[in-house]
Amino acid sequence: MEMSQYLEVFIEESKDHLQNCNTQLLELEKNPEDLGIVNEIFRSAHTLKGMSATMGYEDLANLTHNLENVLDGIRNEKLTVSTNMMDVLFAAVDDLEEMITSIAGGGDGKKNVESTISRLAAIEKGEVLTEDNTANAVAVKSEVSYDQFEQTVLHQSLEQGYQAYELTVALRDDCLLKAARVYMVFEVLEKVAEVVKSSPTVDQLEEENFDQHFTVTIVTKEDAAFVEKSVLKVSEVEQAVATKLDLAGFQAEAEAAVTILEVDVPSADAEIKLSNQPAVEKDIPKNQVANKTIRVNIDRLAVLMNLFEELVIDRGRLEQISKELNHGELNETVERMSRISGDLQSIILTMRMVPVETVFNRFPRMIRQLARDLNKQINLEISGQDTELDRTVIDEIGDPLVHLLRNAIDHGIESPAERAAKGKPETGTIDLRAYHSGNHVFIEIQDDGAGISKEKVLDKALSKGIVTEEQVQTMTDSQIYELIMASGFSTAETISDISGRGVGLDVVKTTIESLGGTITIHSTPGEGSIFSVQLPLTLSIISVMLTEIENEKFAIPLSSIIETAIVKNEEILHAHNQRVIDFRGKVVPLVFLNEVFDVNKEAEEDIHSVIIVRKGEKLAGLVVDSFIGQQEVVLKTLGDYLGDIFAISGATILGDGQVALIVDCNALIQ
Amino acid sequence: MTVLVNDLKVIVFQLLNKEYAVPVQNVQSIEKVMHITRVPGVPSHVKGVVNLRGVVTPIIDLRTRFGIEAGSFDEHTRIIIVTLDGREVGLIVDSANDVLDIPETSIEPQPNVVGSIEADFISGVAKIDRRLLILLQLDKVLENVS
Repeated sequence: MEMSQYLEVFIEESKDHLQNCNTQLLELEKNPEDLGIVNEIFRSAHTLKGMSATMGYEDLANLTHNLENVLDGIRNEKLTVSTNMMDVLFAAVDDLEEMITSIAGGGDGKKNVESTISRLAAIEKGEVLTEDNTANAVAVKSEVSYDQFEQTVLHQSLEQGYQAYELTVALRDDCLLKAARVYMVFEVLEKVAEVVKSSPTVDQLEEENFDQHFTVTIVTKEDAAFVEKSVLKVSEVEQAVATKLDLAGFQAEAEAAVTILEVDVPSADAEIKLSNQPAVEKDIPKNQVANKTIRVNIDRLAVLMNLFEELVIDRGRLEQISKELNHGELNETVERMSRISGDLQSIILTMRMVPVETVFNRFPRMIRQLARDLNKQINLEISGQDTELDRTVIDEIGDPLVHLLRNAIDHGIESPAERAAKGKPETGTIDLRAYHSGNHVFIEIQDDGAGISKEKVLDKALSKGIVTEEQVQTMTDSQIYELIMASGFSTAETISDISGRGVGLDVVKTTIESLGGTITIHSTPGEGSIFSVQLPLTLSIISVMLTEIENEKFAIPLSSIIETAIVKNEEILHAHNQRVIDFRGKVVPLVFLNEVFDVNKEAEEDIHSVIIVRKGEKLAGLVVDSFIGQQEVVLKTLGDYLGDIFAISGATILGDGQVALIVDCNALIQ
Repeated sequence: MTVLVNDLKVIVFQLLNKEYAVPVQNVQSIEKVMHITRVPGVPSHVKGVVNLRGVVTPIIDLRTRFGIEAGSFDEHTRIIIVTLDGREVGLIVDSANDVLDIPETSIEPQPNVVGSIEADFISGVAKIDRRLLILLQLDKVLENVS
């Protein structure tokens, strides 16, 4: 079978499933009792396993299989969710992600995942559970769930000086008569202890309706080691681990809070939950049905777009012809066609739009890890995930946002102790929000941390020579804050493991500006900062000023233009061998585009049309013959055959079907 | 039935008074001359770019590329759109009007004596009936400008 044609689908879908795993795992960590979530993860993992096995990625399938086993354990209430377990699960998903990335990059998707697999296997057998179970109440909570009656029994026996244990018995893989071994284990146990409950139930055990291990809850006066030893005497028993059941804590907690009671006495609740679950699960697929999607290669969309533009050009011609002929029926038809093609155009444009959710999704996981690494407590609030942006912008915006978030956590949010000292809640909050406004999308990252210290920024900027004393006098607060994004600002002092990495905020700024966006900073010392990123809705359509030099047309992006002017010959001054003009008291150098672009010019004119453009703080005046007007154009590349051409950033197709080049103003301003 | 496995299907075009051939699988389409937008700062053989059904496509003047004197365009002038390694480029030729099957046996390596620039761009010659076809080596012709 030819696999390569499925590879793309496989990679895309795998990424989706992994994202789902990550999101749901985070949910699970918050609601360790919610089996619906476990089911959801299990489904994703299962699909992933099936797909990777079909595609022949065995390491991938193998790891997913082990992941699945643990999830299955949780699902069947054999295992309890603990922080340690979550770490391993996350690590496994990380490994999977790495393998998928390797496959997507043309690799073979092989990776040594022995350690992750063995950790998963350990969890599956309940080993890790016993390790951290002494301290971790979560681990003890509901390995097996107890109903009110069983609880009472346990408490009473405790009062009579018995100890309660959860004994997990693992049979050997090659055990033939499992039921018989179970019987023998029970017989041994009855000699030394009282069996209160078993999981799976005795019935299931008799029917061999379990994997290799089962858990029994016992009360005994013997110590754990003795019980374990007795059970291990039964042949074909591989492992027996007795865990002390913390019934005292159990009850204290149970009495302390109703919410915890619900968690701790799950059996009654669990039934309700279980009966609820199918309903919940049914809901999910329904939603998915409502949102049927189809994956389309973005290149195909581009082709569709190109063809459509041609259609629009022809439409223009038809409109012209029908106007000239003034034929009633023709007019009507052309009008109808214009309307329909207008609707078509907007649909095709929105087809490229993707909700920012696809980028935001990976942040909660990242924040969790960062917060753990830095020993900070962070609550990430996300809003406006459904705000849509062009696919091309989406692809680029992830890294800058990651950087800003890291920055907010590392430099913004203080440590819990510091926060407590300042009278703030120990957990810091980061708001990540996206919203539409006009022709732009705003993405804001707000933290309630320490804010930016103006003095420190100024001190550093001055010492690095980024600004001068005089400049400082006239700077506004936000201009000062923005200095932290100046290149060369990041220093060894600020570099930590998290936000150092050799990439400064200046890179963030450059990336965002290359997308046609801007970034601004607001900060209140002691209360936090807001980094606000403004992005164009799409990169493929830009507003330009169309200009003409002789018979050639050049488009100048409106985003760089400040204004246009008409300049007479005598107003042109000469300074340092350069022609300049006095523009509102500023000396602005002139760039004669006909010289830059070698246009054959026939006669010198004495009046010049000038477009004042800017790059950062610098200005320049581009001299052209005449302005045609402002237009929205679709950006096209010149293709890799021509490569980089000086001062040309791309091309566009005009209404008459001709190609016009787009001027790269940034290259013209030194 | 004859097996034509070894035959090479080519598009034949004229340049000055010679006949050249490119494999048909590299040819996307043959277009009439349309408006070409000049691109500044590129080698002289790159005439500029055209709008080919919504795709901005670079155009090479083969005469200039081969160092033959440039001629003016007339009604026979054609742009042959060729693709190679995913790159789409148009070649301006004097005329293009023939599709031929060249038996592999009639293809010979290019004669070693030629000293002209175009020799670099030739992969071989084929003699069919009384015609001499020069087989183009497209990857050399389309070598990146930058």
